[in-house]
Amino acid sequence: MSELAFFIDYSRCIGCQACVQACGECDTHRGRSLIHLETIERRDSVQTAPQVCMHCEDPICAQVCPADAIKQTPDGVVQSSLKPRCIGCSNCVLACPFGVPKYESDPDQMMKCDMCYDRTSTGRRPMCATVCPSGALAFTSIEDIMRTRQGRAINEWRFGDQPVRTKVHVLVPTEITHVDVGLIPLSSLRRGSAPADPYDVAALLEDR
Amino acid sequence: MEARRVMARLPLPVADLAREFGPHLNREPAGGWHATGDPDRIVPTHCCFCGQQCGIQLKVKDERIVGFEPWEAFPFNRGKLCPKGVKRYMQDEHPDRLLTPLMRDETRGFVPIDWESALDRTAREIQRIQGAYGRDAFAVLTGASLTNEKAYLMGKFARVAARTANIDYNGRLCMVSAAAASKKILGIDRSANPWSDIPKASVVLVAGANIAECAPITTDYLWQARENGAKLIVLDPRMTPIARTADLFIPVRSGGDIGVFYGMLHVMIQRGWINREFIDAHTTGWDALQAIVERYTPEHAASIARVPASMIVRAAEMWGPAETSFLLHARGIEHHSKGVENCMAAINLVVATGRIGREGCGYAMITGQGNGQGAREQGQKCDQLPGARDLENPAHREHIAGVWGVDESTIPHTGLSAVPLLEAIHDGRIKGLLLLCFNPVVSLPDGDFIREALSRLEFFAVIDFFMSETARYADLVLPGSLMEEDEGTTTNVEGRVIRHRQVVKPPAGAREDWRIICDLAARLGAGDKFAYQSAQEIFEELRVASKGGVADYAGITWDRIDRELGVFWPCPSIDHPGTPRLYEGWRFGHPDGKAHFQPADWRPAAEEPDADFPIVLTTGRVVSQYLSGTQTRRIGALVDQYPQPRCEIHPRLAASLGITDGDFVRVESRRGAVVVRAQVVKTIRPDTVFLPYHWPLDRSANNCTIRAIDPISKIPEFKICAVRVSKAEEPTGEIAGLEPEAGGIR
Repeated sequence: MSELAFFIDYSRCIGCQACVQACGECDTHRGRSLIHLETIERRDSVQTAPQVCMHCEDPICAQVCPADAIKQTPDGVVQSSLKPRCIGCSNCVLACPFGVPKYESDPDQMMKCDMCYDRTSTGRRPMCATVCPSGALAFTSIEDIMRTRQGRAINEWRFGDQPVRTKVHVLVPTEITHVDVGLIPLSSLRRGSAPADPYDVAALLEDR
Repeated sequence: MEARRVMARLPLPVADLAREFGPHLNREPAGGWHATGDPDRIVPTHCCFCGQQCGIQLKVKDERIVGFEPWEAFPFNRGKLCPKGVKRYMQDEHPDRLLTPLMRDETRGFVPIDWESALDRTAREIQRIQGAYGRDAFAVLTGASLTNEKAYLMGKFARVAARTANIDYNGRLCMVSAAAASKKILGIDRSANPWSDIPKASVVLVAGANIAECAPITTDYLWQARENGAKLIVLDPRMTPIARTADLFIPVRSGGDIGVFYGMLHVMIQRGWINREFIDAHTTGWDALQAIVERYTPEHAASIARVPASMIVRAAEMWGPAETSFLLHARGIEHHSKGVENCMAAINLVVATGRIGREGCGYAMITGQGNGQGAREQGQKCDQLPGARDLENPAHREHIAGVWGVDESTIPHTGLSAVPLLEAIHDGRIKGLLLLCFNPVVSLPDGDFIREALSRLEFFAVIDFFMSETARYADLVLPGSLMEEDEGTTTNVEGRVIRHRQVVKPPAGAREDWRIICDLAARLGAGDKFAYQSAQEIFEELRVASKGGVADYAGITWDRIDRELGVFWPCPSIDHPGTPRLYEGWRFGHPDGKAHFQPADWRPAAEEPDADFPIVLTTGRVVSQYLSGTQTRRIGALVDQYPQPRCEIHPRLAASLGITDGDFVRVESRRGAVVVRAQVVKTIRPDTVFLPYHWPLDRSANNCTIRAIDPISKIPEFKICAVRVSKAEEPTGEIAGLEPEAGGIR
């Protein structure tokens, strides 16, 4: 069995916030939750999406840090900023394509998910992925994922022209090999061109 | 207006009581967030919130619970938890914890008294009331979040020590419709299958269960079924998180579920998707059912369910021809004045296919309360004796009388269930009440009526660890124990008997609930029948009492539970492996070994919308709160997640009423009203609004709900009543100014 890795399946998320609550129980930043749980648009849908640090192989947050405060462990986990170095400039907050780092005014530094390094480095699983009741977050082997999940686990992204490889994988339909996050031309957002709303209960009731 | 009625019989204004007793929020663990050093011990036990009873480990430092660690070895949840489980330890070392008996004082609110005086007075009042008005004028109300040991003890206390017929429990608000339906058709009141069967089914039907919020751990079982190729059908008036991606979401109107079930069965009969061979050999009552179902053409069924007929046909096409299937239901179909009939109509879909009693084929009801399963088997229901025995069955009475060492004739007969019991208090037939693990002021329907009833009691004693909204009405409040301060067993949603450990002792001044009850029994002259030295001794007696009953625990010991990580009942002997899956070999629980179809036509709710109150109100839970909130409204992290109730309303209905998202709205029925903020969402039917029920006072959804009950199960109709909704001004005044967790609004 290969080493354990982190997987996200956004389609499984039920928005319960077990991950948010458990993140704040992690010993390295106890009392402060660093995971993001996005509510996409509550008026339209109950869809939610958890976002941990993706732990880029070549982390953009570290590249843009003028103080060289963001370090990567030998096993590829990107850490929170080093307190003595961080100048709180928030370059990393702006640069991260996944929107992960947070500037925390107290203690005046960038903090973010470090994949529960205190736990994962001692053979335990990260808090969020251990408690997640829906399996949207999982910390397991790729073999286990391939055996138990449909779709494909990928870790390659393109943000415009910028390719990014991450330590964390996401589950996507089998035909997808990487996630392409391009710019959306404004012309495609013209009013009236929107598809029928799949989550409007009133529309479902009218369906014949 | 409502506010004045609420406060009338309290010793002090609500704001004063809230200031002294909370709910206040605990936001930090004992010792603070940054306490260092390893815990002294890590104790495997279970979450106290909800019937899934997830395994969890609690960390103890200096005899205080300071945190948790997932318990991945426990097979049901394998470390998984919902936010309530994660933060449950924050109820320990809580500033609101009651640490002395308290006595009502008309000028000072509540004043401390010593334990001996409190117990003496309670016993004296029980004897006075029973002497003056008869034994049944004193009642006992209990809860389904109690351990099996305490549930057993409460039933015995009522029948042997207080000798009153009137004992019932808040499982009456929860599992009784499912229980009655399951018993009538299948012969046993328990989920038929372990949860491990869910991922093996090729189609899963979830009816009236907001699994993501009310039974979050079950989500993974559902998703795993889908990874294995299963189709998922969900019935709910709201598009819940599990409905969002379901293969078929049927937005049924509350109370219209029978339309979907019978409509499906109608199509299944037409297309040959029922198992005739099985029906002939292993069931009774098919012809009577079929005669009713014949009338439920998809169009007729759709007119009841208020959904397009095509959805019902499609559901039949998914469910009918499947090789394996699993049906789950919960309060959404059970909280009705036809709750039993709704459940029976659902179970008929299972039995008509013969897909039960084998791997990947079955049926489950999702128990809601902590010990929703076990607490309804041990004899604290008004009509029941331990082992899920019948209080009116002479042989059952003789058996239990023998275990208790009393004459059979001294055991009272059937008493009043929870809602009629409160009505008897209201009209003066019941004068005294002992209440444990129940917060009826928040959780029973028609809140104003309930509050008025409690204020008419001559004597009211409450055992609780916090000053619940109900305890504010008490003459005496006795500080009991949290789950982690006592030990005992519970029975989870699957019928798996598990063990809660005493992680820490109760704080000085508080006592284990069972000791309080035994002390009271002794003062009532029944000390020899309540001479237990430990909770385990109570369990040993429970084993004997349940022996030979339907819910047979005779072969279950605390040691076995520890070794085997739970044992499923029935387990009649020490060498019996327990019974994870019922009905194997198609042996059903009735004496004839068959399943009994139950015909019942659809009928309307007690109160349907009309011109004056044109909108359906339905109620339910949110994921971060548990039941009446006595515990979870005191945990800061859980309150932050969903601070105050919001009224979910469809944009189309909202627009017609001039309401926009975030507006204050008044939701008003013939019985009462709440003012809350609107949450405008497309995920609910436009003819329905939703309120979560965890909050008190002017934020209590149960101010609006109707005091109508199912004729068989006596469950209240929480899921449908008629309301009108209007835009409101921002509330002001004493109650509005309370913190949201106390009933205020922001």
